[in-house]
Amino acid sequence: MASSFSVFSIEVFLVILSCVSKSSEDSLPELSPQKYFSTLQPGKASLAYFCQADSPGTSIFLEELKKAIRPLQDYGISVAKVNCIKEEISRYCGKDDLMKAYLFRGNVLLREFPTDALFDVNAIVAHVLFALLFNEVKYITTLEDLQNIENSMKGRANMIFSYVRAIGTPEHRAVMEAAFVYGTTYQFALTTEIALLESIGSENIEREHLYFFHCEIVLDLSQDCRRTLMEQPFTTLNIHVFVRTMKAPLLTEVAEDPQHVTTDHLQLGLPLLFIVSQQATYDADRRTAEWIAWRLLGKAGVLLILRDSLEGNIPQRINVILKRAEQEMEYLVLDDIDSLIFHVENNVKSEQMEEGEDEEMESQDLDTQDDEVAETVYRDRKKQLPLELTVELTEETFDATVMNSDSIVLFYADWHAVSMAFLQSYVNVAVKLKGTSTMLLTRINCADWSNVCSKQNVTAFPAVKMYKEGENPVSYAGMLGTEDLLKFIQLNRISYPVNIASIQEAEKYLSGKLYEDLFTYASVSVLGLFSPAMTTAKEKFLEARNYLKGHVIIGIYSEADVWILSSKYAAPLPALLLARPKEGKIECIPLAGTHVHGIVQIMARAVLEIFPEITVENLPAYLRLQKPLLILFSNGSISHQYRKAILTLVKQKRLDSLTPCWLNLKNTPVGRGVLKSYFGSLPPLPQLLLVNVYSGGQVFAFPSDQSITEYNLVSWLKNLEAGLENPIKNLSAQEWKPPLPAYDFLSMMDAAEPQHPTKKVPTCVKETDKQESEKGEQEPEPTRKEPVQTLRIKYWNRNYWSKEAEKPFRHEKEL
Amino acid sequence: MGLAAARLVPAGLLLALALPSALSAAPHRDYCVLGAGPAGLQMAAFLQRAGRDYAVFERASAPGSFFTRYPRHRKLISINKQYTGKANAEFNLRHDWNSLLSHDPQLLFRHYSRAYFPDAGDMVRYLGDFARRLGLHVLYNTTITHVTLDKDPQAWNGHRFVLTDHKGQVYQCSVLLVATGLSVPTLIDFPGSEHVEGYESVSVDPEDFVGQSVLILGRGNSAFETAENIMGVTNFIHMLSRSRVRLSWSTHYVGDVRAINNGLLDTYQLKSLDGLLEADLKDLALVKDSKGKFHVTLKFFLGETNASWSADSVRLPEDDSDNFAMRVGYDRVIRCLGWKFNFSIFDQSLRLSSENEFNKKYPLIKASYESKGSRGLFVLGTASHSVDYRKSAGGFIHGFRYTVRAVHRLLEHRHHGVTWPTTEHPITQLTSSIIRRVNEASGLYQMFSVLADIILLKENATTFEHLEEFPMQMLAQLEPLTGRTAQHGLFVISMEYGKNFSGPGKDVFFYERSVGHTEDAWLSNFLHPVIYYYKQLPTEQEVRFRSPHWPLPRPTAIHHIVEDFLTDWTAPVGHILPLRRFLENCLDTDLRNFYAESCFRFALTRQKLPPFCQQGYLQMQGLAITESLQQHGVESKLLQNYAAATESSSQRTSDRALAPGPRAQSLDSDKEEL
Repeated sequence: MASSFSVFSIEVFLVILSCVSKSSEDSLPELSPQKYFSTLQPGKASLAYFCQADSPGTSIFLEELKKAIRPLQDYGISVAKVNCIKEEISRYCGKDDLMKAYLFRGNVLLREFPTDALFDVNAIVAHVLFALLFNEVKYITTLEDLQNIENSMKGRANMIFSYVRAIGTPEHRAVMEAAFVYGTTYQFALTTEIALLESIGSENIEREHLYFFHCEIVLDLSQDCRRTLMEQPFTTLNIHVFVRTMKAPLLTEVAEDPQHVTTDHLQLGLPLLFIVSQQATYDADRRTAEWIAWRLLGKAGVLLILRDSLEGNIPQRINVILKRAEQEMEYLVLDDIDSLIFHVENNVKSEQMEEGEDEEMESQDLDTQDDEVAETVYRDRKKQLPLELTVELTEETFDATVMNSDSIVLFYADWHAVSMAFLQSYVNVAVKLKGTSTMLLTRINCADWSNVCSKQNVTAFPAVKMYKEGENPVSYAGMLGTEDLLKFIQLNRISYPVNIASIQEAEKYLSGKLYEDLFTYASVSVLGLFSPAMTTAKEKFLEARNYLKGHVIIGIYSEADVWILSSKYAAPLPALLLARPKEGKIECIPLAGTHVHGIVQIMARAVLEIFPEITVENLPAYLRLQKPLLILFSNGSISHQYRKAILTLVKQKRLDSLTPCWLNLKNTPVGRGVLKSYFGSLPPLPQLLLVNVYSGGQVFAFPSDQSITEYNLVSWLKNLEAGLENPIKNLSAQEWKPPLPAYDFLSMMDAAEPQHPTKKVPTCVKETDKQESEKGEQEPEPTRKEPVQTLRIKYWNRNYWSKEAEKPFRHEKEL
Repeated sequence: MGLAAARLVPAGLLLALALPSALSAAPHRDYCVLGAGPAGLQMAAFLQRAGRDYAVFERASAPGSFFTRYPRHRKLISINKQYTGKANAEFNLRHDWNSLLSHDPQLLFRHYSRAYFPDAGDMVRYLGDFARRLGLHVLYNTTITHVTLDKDPQAWNGHRFVLTDHKGQVYQCSVLLVATGLSVPTLIDFPGSEHVEGYESVSVDPEDFVGQSVLILGRGNSAFETAENIMGVTNFIHMLSRSRVRLSWSTHYVGDVRAINNGLLDTYQLKSLDGLLEADLKDLALVKDSKGKFHVTLKFFLGETNASWSADSVRLPEDDSDNFAMRVGYDRVIRCLGWKFNFSIFDQSLRLSSENEFNKKYPLIKASYESKGSRGLFVLGTASHSVDYRKSAGGFIHGFRYTVRAVHRLLEHRHHGVTWPTTEHPITQLTSSIIRRVNEASGLYQMFSVLADIILLKENATTFEHLEEFPMQMLAQLEPLTGRTAQHGLFVISMEYGKNFSGPGKDVFFYERSVGHTEDAWLSNFLHPVIYYYKQLPTEQEVRFRSPHWPLPRPTAIHHIVEDFLTDWTAPVGHILPLRRFLENCLDTDLRNFYAESCFRFALTRQKLPPFCQQGYLQMQGLAITESLQQHGVESKLLQNYAAATESSSQRTSDRALAPGPRAQSLDSDKEEL
C-alpha cells in the first residue's frame, strides 16, 4: 500500500494542491451494482455511494461527493454512485433511507461510512485518506501512546504529531493530505484529545497544533525528541512548506556571495539569514548560528558565511544579512539574538499574511482614495478661488445680511468634499452675475458657525437658501451646479406668481414678451386662470407654486373678465395655460378638483419636451416617467430627417410607451462612455438604441444596416414587442457593495489581547469596587515595547460580518 | 420668583401646625431641585426652557455658596481658555470648563474672567448672573432639613418626595433632583486627630506658617494647593497619604493632581526638604511632645496607655528604627482629604446610601443618574460622579453640564412624551454626520467614554437618526429611555483614550506614543473617536458582563479614527476614508460621492445606482463638476475624459462652436510650448 503511494513526488503534490482549490464540477458516474463491481481494479481504491435508483438526484451529500471527485482522483481514488435497482440485489443496498458510502481497495471492503460522517468535501477526503493511511497515521489518545511512538522513533526517523479538534475538519484533511505525501518518510501521529495536547505543555490549546519531533538525531533513549511547533495557519500548503523546511539542513555553511545563494527556503517564500563570521571567531559563531537556526526552524533558513567571501563594501559592523525572494538584501547588525529573531519573525509573518489574502484585495490599497469627489477636491485644494465675489457671513453678520438684502446663502463645511466641489460652481455663478444681479451671493462655513446653520434648519451640507424680504426662505432643490443655480437666481428676480392685471398683459405674458430675458432660462411659462370667486383653487395653485419657484415662470390672472381668456383657449375655469413661446404653442389643462400635488406634477411635466436632447442635467426628469428610453446617439445635431421620423411617430401615438430622446455627444461626451459600455467600443454614429433601464435592463440596437425611417422604426419596435430581437447588452443588476474592505480593528484587538481564561469577569462599576479596581490597574502592565505590528491583519474579507455575527455570544461564554 | 416664595411661606406656617397627613395641602412641584450650585442651576435652566413646573431650593442667599469659601486659595483649576483659533462655539466649549449651557452667548464664562485659571469669586458672580438672567426659580435661604417619600399610586413614580425645610414648611415633588454636591469634609479618626486642622478652616495666610514644619494628610488637589501656598515660608512640608500621588497628566483625569498645583513634587524631587510619604492613615496616631510639637506614631504602639498621649511617654517608631522618616516633630498637621455627600437629610426609605461602609462618598445611582433605591430621584453634578469617578469629567462643571442635559432629556421623554431629540438624514450623510460631531461636539469630548452619540439606522439603512450624548452605559435601555427605536442596527460614537495609556505612574511621554498610520488607529493613545457597530441593541446582560476595560459590550465591528495631534479629524485620507470604508462594510453598501456625470453613466449602464446618485442625482440634485476638478479627476484616473477621446478628429471636421473645444485647444497649445 505504502509503496504504491510513494511514487508521488512533491511536484505532484503541488499539482494536487492547485486542483483542490478549484471547485470542480465533475460528473459523478452512476452505475448499477454489477457494473460497479466489474470496474474495480486490484490495488486501486474506490469510494461508492449506494442509493435507491429512484431517490432524488440531488442532495447535499451528493453535491459534496461531487466536489470530492477531483481531489480523490488526484490520490488515485475513484468515486461512484451506485444505484440499487430491484433486479440486482446487493448487500450494500440497505433499507430505503439507510444509505451508506463504502470504501473498497480492489474488491475488498475497507470501511463503511454513514453519510452523515461525510458532511462535506473536507470530511470525505479526510475520512477516505484516514482509512487508507491506517498504518502511516497512528491515532492516539493518551500521553503514553505518544511516548511509545516517540521512543520507537528515536534514532530512526522523525515524526509529526498533530492535534485537530475533530475528525473530518478541514485541518484534519490537511494533515491527511500531508500524510499521503510524507507518510513513508515520517511517522504521523494524530489526536483529537485536548488533554493530550495540554499534557505536552502546549499553549493556545483551542486551536490546531502540529509538531515536528526531531527524533532521528536522538541517540540516547532517555532524552526527549526536540520539537518544533508549526506556527502558520493550518493549511495543506503551510504543512507542506513546514515539513520541507524541517527536511532542509539546520545550518548550511556557504562560501559564495549571498547574492548567488538560494535554498529551498527562498522558493518557499521564507527568508535566508546569513551569519557573517570571521576565521578567528568561527567556532563561536557557529554555535551562535546553530542556536539561531533552531529558534528560526520553519521560519527562515540560516547560513554561516565567512566575511572573505563577501563581495563589495559591506561595513565591518554588519554581521547579519537577511535575504528574501525578490527583495533587496537587508544588512543588519546583530546585537542580541532576541531582537534579531523578532525582526525575522515579523518579516515572515507579514509576508505570509499578505500571501494568504484574496488576490483581488492584494492589489488595492485601502488608503488609496476611491471617491472621485473627495480626490478631485483634495487635489484642487491649493487653487485660489475668487471667493471675494461672495460675502462670507458669520454669526454676527448673518441676520443683518439676510434681513437687509435679497440674498442667496450657501451653507457649507470646509472639510466636506461635496460642499467644496459645489463651492466652485457657486463662485462661478458669482463670476457670471458680477455686477448684474441685485441678489447678494453669500456663504457661511458651518464648520465655524454651526449654531447659525442649525438655527436655519440646515443639518446637511451643502445647502442653498434664498432669503427675500417679506418671504419665507426658499431652499434650492436643483442640481448643484453653475447652470441650474444661475437659472434659479434669474427666475427668482421677479416674485411669483406674476399678477397679471389685464387681458393685454396676459397675452403679452403668454407670447413671452413680458419677461423676454427670462426665456433664456425657462422654456415654459404657466398662467393660472381663475374667476375671482375661486379662492380655494387659487390657494392650491399658490401653494403649488412654492414647490416650483425657480423652475418655471408662473403667473396668475383672476380678474372678472377672465372668461375672455377662458373661451379663447377653450379652458373651463379653473385652468392652467402652458405657453411655449419659442414653439408658439399654448396648451390648456383644466384644474377642477386637482390637488396641490397634482398641480405640481402637471407643471413639472409641462417642462418636459416630447423629443428632448438628453443631457446629464435633464436625464433624471425623463427617468421619472419610468418608460424605456429610445435614444438616438449622435455626434453633433441630428438631421432633420430623423427628427421628423420620430416626431411623426410621436404624433401617431406609436411611441407612447417610450421616452424618445436624442443625445449629442458633443454636449454630453459621457455618452461615449455609455456607448462603449454597450458595444465594447465606439459604434458608428448615429446610433439608435432602446434602453430599458427599469424593467430587465436590456439594451437593443436598431440594425445599423437599416436607415432610420418611420417604416423601419415601426417594424423594429414591433419586432421588439414580439420578442424577436436580441438585446445587445443586459445591464448589470449588481448592487453597490463596499468598494473595498475596511480595517478589521476588532480582530486586531482580539489578536493583541491574549485570552486569559482567568480574566476577571464582571466589572459592573460599583462604588465599592473603585479602590480595588484602582489597585488592579496598578498591577504591572504587559510591557508596551512591542509595536504590535505583527498583528496588522490588513483586511477582513467581505463575508466577515455574517460569520462574525454569532461571535460575540461565544466570546461572552468563554469569559 | 419673589412672588412664588411669598406664596409658599405662609402656607408653610400653617402646615407646621397641621398633621403630617395633611400633605395634600402642601405646595406641589413637578420638579424640585436641591441646591443652586452649577448643577442645580443647569438643570433649572433646562426645566425653565422646557416650561416645566419646578423650584430650586438653596440654603444660602445666593447661588454657588460652595465657591464663596472654596477653593480656600481662591484659584479655580478649571481652564478658562479665551482663544482656540476657532469660531465654532460648540468646539470652544471643549476648552471652556466653567460655563454652563444656555442659549445666551453672554452667559459664557470668558465674559466673567480673563484668567486662564480664574478666581472663585468670578464663579460666584457668574452663577448669580446665570440664575438672574435666565430668571430661574430659586428659593434662597431655604434649608431643606429632611427628605422622605410618600406613597401615592397616582404620582408619576408611584410616590411623591416630601421635603421639609428649616421652618417646617413642607413641599411635595414628583421628581427630586439632588444637586447638593459634596459638602461634608472627609474626617479621619485616629488617636490624636483632634490636633489636626482641616482644609476648610486652616489659615490661608502664609504669615501664620513662617518657620514651621508642616505635615499635610492627603495627596489631592486641596493638599497640594495648601502646600503651594505656604511652601515658601515653611521649614518643610511633608505630605502623607494612603496611596501614591496621582498626577492628572498621567491619568487623564482632571480630579487628580494638576500640574498647576504640583510645586511640592518639584521641591521633593529636587531635595528641597519637602517630601511625600505613603502610609495608611487609619494606623496612625499623633502625639504632642512637651514642646508642643506633634509626633507621628502608630495606633498600635499606644496600646492601652491613652492616659496623656504625650510624646515623651509614648513609644515612637524611631525608638525601634532610628532612621524613621517622620521622626521630626511637626508644628502643624493639616487634613486635606476631600469631601463626601451629605446623606443626613435623606430618609432611610430613599435608600440613597450604600449598605457598604467602605465607600460613603457618593449616593448610589445608576448610569442614568437615577437613584438605585427610589425611582424619580436623580443625582446631578459633583454628587453624581460615582458613574465615572476617576475616569471622566462627570464630577466637574465641564462634564456634568452635559450629564444634566441627558437627565433632562430622559425626564422630558418619561413625563412629557417628548422623545429624545434627533435629526434624520439620508444614509449618504452618515460619514459627514459623524465627522461633524467628532470634530465639534463638546459633550463627547468632555464626557469621553460616558456620553456617546447614537446613530439609529432605519429600515434598509437608507436613512438614519442621529441622537446626541446618550449615557453609554444605558445603551440596553435606549428604546424606553428615549422613545426611539433601534430595530435595524446602530452605531455608537464615543471618544476614548488608549486602553493602557492612562494611569498613575504610567509614562505618558514614552517615545513613539503617537500613532499616525490609519491601520494602527486602534492603538491610538490620545483621546480619539471610536465607533461601535451593533446589529442589534445589546441587552442589559451584555452591557453588564462586558469585557473589563471595555466601555461597551463586544460590537459586531469597531472603528477607531486615528488620534490627531490637532484634534482635527477631517483629513480626507487619514480620517474620513477609513471611516467611510468601515461604514460601508457595516452597511454593505457603497457610500462614495459621485459627480452627476458619473451618475448619468451609471443610470444608463446599470440597473442599480449607488446611494449618492439615488439620493442626489435622481432627485435632480446631482453634483456638477467644474473644469478644474474634471482635470484633477482625469489625472487621478478616477474620471475619464470622454471629450478628449475623439476630440482631435472632430476638431478638424466639425464646427468648433458646438464642441467644448477651447479646453482641448489650450491643452494642445500647452503641449506645443513644452
